[in-house]
Amino acid sequence: MYTQALDAQAQQDTAQEGAAALAARFQARVDAEEKIEPKDWMPEAYRQTLIRQISQHAHSEIVGMLPEGNWITRAPSLRRKAVLIAKVQDEGGHGMYLYSAAETLGVAREELIAQLLAGSAKYSSIFNYPTLTWADVGAIGWLVDGAAIMNQIPICRCSYGPYARAMVRICKEESFHQRQGFEIMLTLARGSAAQRAMAQDALNRWWWPSIMMFGPSDADSRHTAQSMRWKIKRFSNDELRQKFIDVTVPQAQFLGLTIPDAQLRFNEASGHYEIGAIDWSEFQRVLQGNGPCNRERLEARRAAHAAGAWVREAAAAHAAKQRARAAA
Amino acid sequence: MSEDWPLFEVFIRSRAGLEHKHVGSLHAADARMAIEHARDVYTRRQEGVSIWVVPSAQIIASDPAEAESLFEPARDKVYRHPTFYAIPEEVKNL
Amino acid sequence: MSGSATEPRDAVLEAARLRYVLRLADTSLVLGQQLGAWVGHAPALEEELGLANLALDLIGQARLLLSYAGELEGRGRDEDQLAFLRDAPEFANLALAEQPNGDFAQTIVRQWLLDGWQLEIYQGLGDSCDPRLAAIAAKALKETRYHHRFSSGWLIRLGDGTEESRRRTQRSLDDLWRFTDEFFAPDEVDERVSAAGIAPPLSLQAPAWSARVDEALAAATLRRPPAQPYPWHGKRGVHTEHLSHLLGEMQHLQRTYPGARW
Repeated sequence: MYTQALDAQAQQDTAQEGAAALAARFQARVDAEEKIEPKDWMPEAYRQTLIRQISQHAHSEIVGMLPEGNWITRAPSLRRKAVLIAKVQDEGGHGMYLYSAAETLGVAREELIAQLLAGSAKYSSIFNYPTLTWADVGAIGWLVDGAAIMNQIPICRCSYGPYARAMVRICKEESFHQRQGFEIMLTLARGSAAQRAMAQDALNRWWWPSIMMFGPSDADSRHTAQSMRWKIKRFSNDELRQKFIDVTVPQAQFLGLTIPDAQLRFNEASGHYEIGAIDWSEFQRVLQGNGPCNRERLEARRAAHAAGAWVREAAAAHAAKQRARAAA
Repeated sequence: MSEDWPLFEVFIRSRAGLEHKHVGSLHAADARMAIEHARDVYTRRQEGVSIWVVPSAQIIASDPAEAESLFEPARDKVYRHPTFYAIPEEVKNL
Repeated sequence: MSGSATEPRDAVLEAARLRYVLRLADTSLVLGQQLGAWVGHAPALEEELGLANLALDLIGQARLLLSYAGELEGRGRDEDQLAFLRDAPEFANLALAEQPNGDFAQTIVRQWLLDGWQLEIYQGLGDSCDPRLAAIAAKALKETRYHHRFSSGWLIRLGDGTEESRRRTQRSLDDLWRFTDEFFAPDEVDERVSAAGIAPPLSLQAPAWSARVDEALAAATLRRPPAQPYPWHGKRGVHTEHLSHLLGEMQHLQRTYPGARW
């Protein structure tokens, strides 16, 4: 349904019109804020960029279920347990919406998952950090989901229809995630000395990785310019990162927690917070698979997939039997 | 792969009175599972009173290459649009 | 039905009512806790969401029932104090709920057996002379109907799927069957609450459960295991070794930071 016309059309049209004219017409549509839908003509590079970006986003949601899922059985109250299950379930759902969107571009979910499990697909660096205490669950909701929201809201207006619509759905669900995380931090910050220390320790460990989530500075980012022209990306990494910092620092102050950056200061002239140097070598290390728990995250996904093979086969076998019986 | 579950498209009617809207897709081994998955994925916040699932391969879609012949003639048929008719201002409810 | 709110309540009946509510509450709590462990490890993304939905419903039931139990008990304990500060012998869940997740077949068999039990119990409580219990049961019944549909669907797929899936499912069924002994075996708590019109007699509910079991097993091409007497009933506080491990993990934070608010 999604891809037959793409292939046929690509051959037909290139023969008739010439790729340059098609590309120009495509760019004009994007410039006019028209939405591109699955069977519309699109440059192959646009399609590949989207597949990469959407699938990385989907993988991030799925892998992201693990650090928080780690604390479901140990949540310290029934309400917190229920809210955490709901949040992690949402993340699974977001992964599903995104894989759906990626599949409209002519790639099968199986293939994307195979890439993830083989270690050749990327996902957000942040999920390669361990959740060591209950406060980490709060920090993730507050900081990681906060950063994700910053990034995701502009994508609701991206040029590719299915991706934009998936993002609208996701953003509606995401704000509860951040509030849940902040509420946990607030409760800890107002709790016992041990709980306050737990919250501060979590902030110490999650602050810089959250800052790095926005990716390298745009000068160092290969894809930014083209992605901006195609309206797949609407704001630069640095712009989004700055917005996040400006919004989050006052929240930390409200919590009475200290951001682990001795160089953090408010610049009266610019009206923005300035931070110290980001350790990009850590970011690179994590991206290349040498973060604190990259191996464990991938291994967990591989194990689940392998252990589930007989289940998936059984369901497919049963469906085949049902079809045979119906036909007989 | 013998363990592949086919792709289904999901349509949800969120409230009585509205039509079913396409909300996305999911994988399932059979129709019963597809309905349950659609319920689990797309109606977690009470967003549905009715679910349709259709195997994606069963959907017949118009071809964008034919967009001009399929859709442009309608632009000329102005009489399908209410603005074509000059109705005096005094006439209400039209 | 007798037992209106204006009649003086007798202590023995009230103790039985409390114990009865805890049985329902703890069964939902323990089962919900077990399902929470599947998150991130399910056989397919769609199943992640399905199992999580079940867990959420069960935790929700546990919260309502534990809150009620705390009120009945009258010692000022809320849902969390009951969940996190009781030790294993005080728990009244059916022993089946605390059996390990195992593989997906084991989880589905455990779920399907308990869903069938809850279906009967919550349906029966619809006529309870205890309005609070009737209301909770009415909500839980809607959820349980979906759970039962989900778990019996999977039982059939796994039983009548591949040779491997049938083998795994039959094995789990054979392993877990003995825990159904306590499902409809009335003890003095059950007898007191049914005499008072709080719940129907278990003996009346057993045949319907059994018929539903046979129907699903036939569709799943599985063998019903022979009846096995198993007098160690979790609902009487006689648990297996699994429960204290489960509670150790679940209760860890509250035990480590006594009196803290979360």
